[in-house]
Amino acid sequence: MTAFRELSQHILDIFENGAKAGATLISLEIEEDFVIDLLAITLHDNGSGMDAETLARITDPWVTSRTTRKVGLGIPFFKQIAEMCNGDFEIISQLGEGTITRAIFQHSHIDRPPMGDLVGTLTCMIVGYDASADVAYRHRVRPTDEVWHEFTFDTREVRAILGDEVPLSSPEVLAFLREMLQEGLLSLTAEPQG
Amino acid sequence: MKSLEELRKIKERALERRSLAGAGARARITVAMGTCGIAAGARDTMKAILDEMERRQISDVVVTQTGCLGLCEYEPLVQIQVGESDIVTYGKIDASRVSTLIEKHLVNDEPVAEWQVQTG
Repeated sequence: MTAFRELSQHILDIFENGAKAGATLISLEIEEDFVIDLLAITLHDNGSGMDAETLARITDPWVTSRTTRKVGLGIPFFKQIAEMCNGDFEIISQLGEGTITRAIFQHSHIDRPPMGDLVGTLTCMIVGYDASADVAYRHRVRPTDEVWHEFTFDTREVRAILGDEVPLSSPEVLAFLREMLQEGLLSLTAEPQG
Repeated sequence: MKSLEELRKIKERALERRSLAGAGARARITVAMGTCGIAAGARDTMKAILDEMERRQISDVVVTQTGCLGLCEYEPLVQIQVGESDIVTYGKIDASRVSTLIEKHLVNDEPVAEWQVQTG
């Protein structure tokens, strides 16, 4: 029943929820810990949040706040996959404060979907709500004991350099950002130097 | 490794070209990125649109996203609005259709009638 083939599609889906909830900042944190065989994906938005009643029903596929289509499928799918992969899923939300969505997987689990096109997802996150929402991204990988590789990216830093006149989505800026993200992700998977 | 310092040079280039192109966006492209859109490949559609903007060096068109438009069976959905004219909604715009769509609607100003869908 899964509609998505990649975890990065789920990330984009949860991101969209935050953007639709009026968030001005959405952060994505990915932690890959090979020492304890864990993959954790956390999205945090400062949007409108949900009340306790909505929150309690949000993982039910027959609940959605959307009016254009009656069935909300994104969150139930994500939850189901995490649980299938020996993991866990939780949403913490407060009305007026925002929402935290966290999915945990056994990294090596046979049913765990691949991360897939994370740069594509990040590109959509950066461009999609350029005028209204900033994106903070932090990705940590622990390949072996005592070694953490980390890559961070924050549209607020980029905006500080570009100023108001040049949007992040202008072609030359976007080309640069995509290359930067690709390099950053590659550096996480590369063998540690020395 | 790319550094944010390089961005300063890129900013100059972008500013230069924007001043040549004249101020303001002349059109807006919106990709529907609801759960249904993502499942149908809207992310690849978005990437193809951005690639096309880069390839043709178009910087006076705003590319943005929205949620579900209620036409899930026609996903991926793309809307194009030139200036203040009516928004045109296109259905089943996978990445392979993007180049043609942009060439016809945005470059030649000829909307593609056979790919349009009617919004409720």
